[in-house]
Amino acid sequence: MCGIVGYVGTEVRAAGAAALLRRMCGALAHRGPDGEGVHVGVGMGFGHRRLSVIDLSAGAAQPMASADGALCITYNGEIFNHVELRDMLEARGRRFRSTSDTEVVLQLYEEFGTDFVTHLNGDFALAIWDERRRCLVLARDRMGVRPLFHAWRGNTFYFASEMKALLQVPGIDAEIDPLALDQIFTLWAPVSPRTIIRGVSELPPAHIMMIENGEARSRRYWSLDFPDADERADGRSEAAIAEEVLALLEDATRIRLRADVEVGSFLSGGLDSSAVSALAARLAPGRLRTFAVAFDDPEFDESDWQAAMAAALGTEHHTIRCGADGIAAVFPDVVRHAEQPILRTAPAPLYRLAGLVRETGLKVVLTGEGADEIFAGYDLFKEARIRRFCARQPSSAIRPHLFRRIYPYLPGLQQQTPQYLAAFFGVGTDDPADPLFSHRPRMQTTAGAKLFYSDDLRAALRGYDAAEEFAACLPSAFTRWHPQHQAQYLETSHLLPGYILSSQGDRVAMAHCVETRFPFLDHRLIECAARIAPGLKLRGLREKHILREAVEGLLPGEIRGRPKQPYRAPDSAAFRDQAAAYVDDLLSPASVGAAGLFNPVAAARLLAKSRRAPLAGFRDNAAFAGILSTQLWVREFAAGATRMRAQPAA
Amino acid sequence: MSQSVQSEIRAFIVENFLFGDDSQPLDPDMSLIDNDLVDSTGILELVSFLEQRFGIAVADAEIVPANLDTIGRIAAYVGHKRADGTRLAG
Repeated sequence: MCGIVGYVGTEVRAAGAAALLRRMCGALAHRGPDGEGVHVGVGMGFGHRRLSVIDLSAGAAQPMASADGALCITYNGEIFNHVELRDMLEARGRRFRSTSDTEVVLQLYEEFGTDFVTHLNGDFALAIWDERRRCLVLARDRMGVRPLFHAWRGNTFYFASEMKALLQVPGIDAEIDPLALDQIFTLWAPVSPRTIIRGVSELPPAHIMMIENGEARSRRYWSLDFPDADERADGRSEAAIAEEVLALLEDATRIRLRADVEVGSFLSGGLDSSAVSALAARLAPGRLRTFAVAFDDPEFDESDWQAAMAAALGTEHHTIRCGADGIAAVFPDVVRHAEQPILRTAPAPLYRLAGLVRETGLKVVLTGEGADEIFAGYDLFKEARIRRFCARQPSSAIRPHLFRRIYPYLPGLQQQTPQYLAAFFGVGTDDPADPLFSHRPRMQTTAGAKLFYSDDLRAALRGYDAAEEFAACLPSAFTRWHPQHQAQYLETSHLLPGYILSSQGDRVAMAHCVETRFPFLDHRLIECAARIAPGLKLRGLREKHILREAVEGLLPGEIRGRPKQPYRAPDSAAFRDQAAAYVDDLLSPASVGAAGLFNPVAAARLLAKSRRAPLAGFRDNAAFAGILSTQLWVREFAAGATRMRAQPAA
Repeated sequence: MSQSVQSEIRAFIVENFLFGDDSQPLDPDMSLIDNDLVDSTGILELVSFLEQRFGIAVADAEIVPANLDTIGRIAAYVGHKRADGTRLAG
């Protein structure tokens, strides 16, 4: 895993190009401690920070040029099918100088042009300079595992794995984009390609971009697609479908164990990481090492399940205990790496977990992330089903009781009367055709935190609707899909890359130069899961039914049958002791007023309320984490220079 | 009395759910749920406040939007409870 940077254009003078590239690389040093390289050509330059995982020799160093020097690549990621691609290319007469997957990508481009990307099965963000065409090609993996950002300055185009590298370019500054902030406070993440920095964009997942003659054009090369709702279901037996799921998951895990270093696995104690760990323990050459977070607070802790699963698999298990102080102490670092405000503290324990992985000497871990999206594991999918069920008989006093069943871990909800349950979850049920139907309650609860916006920020957002912008980005086929598939698409196309794989994934892992690999996000498995009937994924209120069937025989019965426990961490409760002393300053009226984004009086009262007792409601906790992380972001990247300027939404 | 009860309830909501921000419109007929002012925890906070401040006992069946979703309804509910014996929604 690595970090990449580069530019194309005439703004950078040759004399200062290498120094600029090294400064940009320096901002990404955490992503690649094993080496640094720069390449400066005419009107272009590439930089690379290397974390050696496949072919540890100098022969695999980057940026890497083709044999004839006409192509140059800087590449972050892994191509898991590089062995098969190499065989295919050799059969077509190509010869290789190294055993690296980087050279495979380069030769694949030589062979297939920009269609090369459709052959890749992997997690990557890469740039290829084609000297003959004088064209820069950027590409990003299908699900958005690896990040890739870009910005124009004058006639020069810059790109980098993280935005902090772009901020090394003179003239590119961290001016906050109020629309992106509002998207985070509505949807938990900006709507791609928008980022929190005005003028900086990301290359969306599954996109390839060409920059030629001073112009950029991009296209999507892969789509998450579902069958039409009225399409005839797969006629195969449930057992046959489960068999296919297991075979694909096993192969996805097998090729993700390819590395010239040891590969470990996260083990949360739930179904998904247990399945991946079980397959890895079977396929890995030595004794598998597994890693988990344990919480002091039993409300969040799953360590008993983790220990049981580790014992069943015979893995060498490592645990990091996470108390409240453990979250507060690292939260500023988490925001620095995430590079955007976050509404939950959940990335912090994962940041510490990645640190533990690195301390044990590992560079690569498998995770079970992605299964909840593709096999309908999240409570939100059940919630949407119950909301539609309730909407058919709005006067029913019995149906709303079902909401209690899906949130047994939320005491506040358990105590509600059916009338209040119906009221809380009833938002949007009068419009079942709304494309965002499944996500309206979450959006409404999250948006409650906007109460804390400053007057200036409100003015800048006047007339703007983040949900409307999100809905406008949906593909035309969306309306033909089954409602559950629509909900799965929203979760998989937005929250997964925008938050789960970034703030809780690549960013916190790469902060410790640990590479995470996701067998469930192998596109072959995703395409298979998308074709499976909604009822086989969510059977009644039993989530991931077909996956549970698929892993029968692989996992102990109590793990396989265990209801999902969402991964959560203490939010405002984590900021009540000495480790959180910095919060008083960041949320002081002076600091909040200086940043200009939130109401200083309201923020001070929120802090005071959290000091009296831990905040209990979702809205207050989301506001606390959101305001605190935004204040940290401003301090880290904008140095107080981004006082909100009231500009109309555009 | 009703006016002062309404004022106290309003003050509680401004302090606890609006965090002192009194600039937002907060009409007696405004839905607390539809305007994102209370979530499931907020309702329990509100009930706790009503019981402590006004010395009433709120039955589970009375915790319904018909009694508690606007300042006006809450004030009316408290008035009925204090008057004792009046049949309530729920």
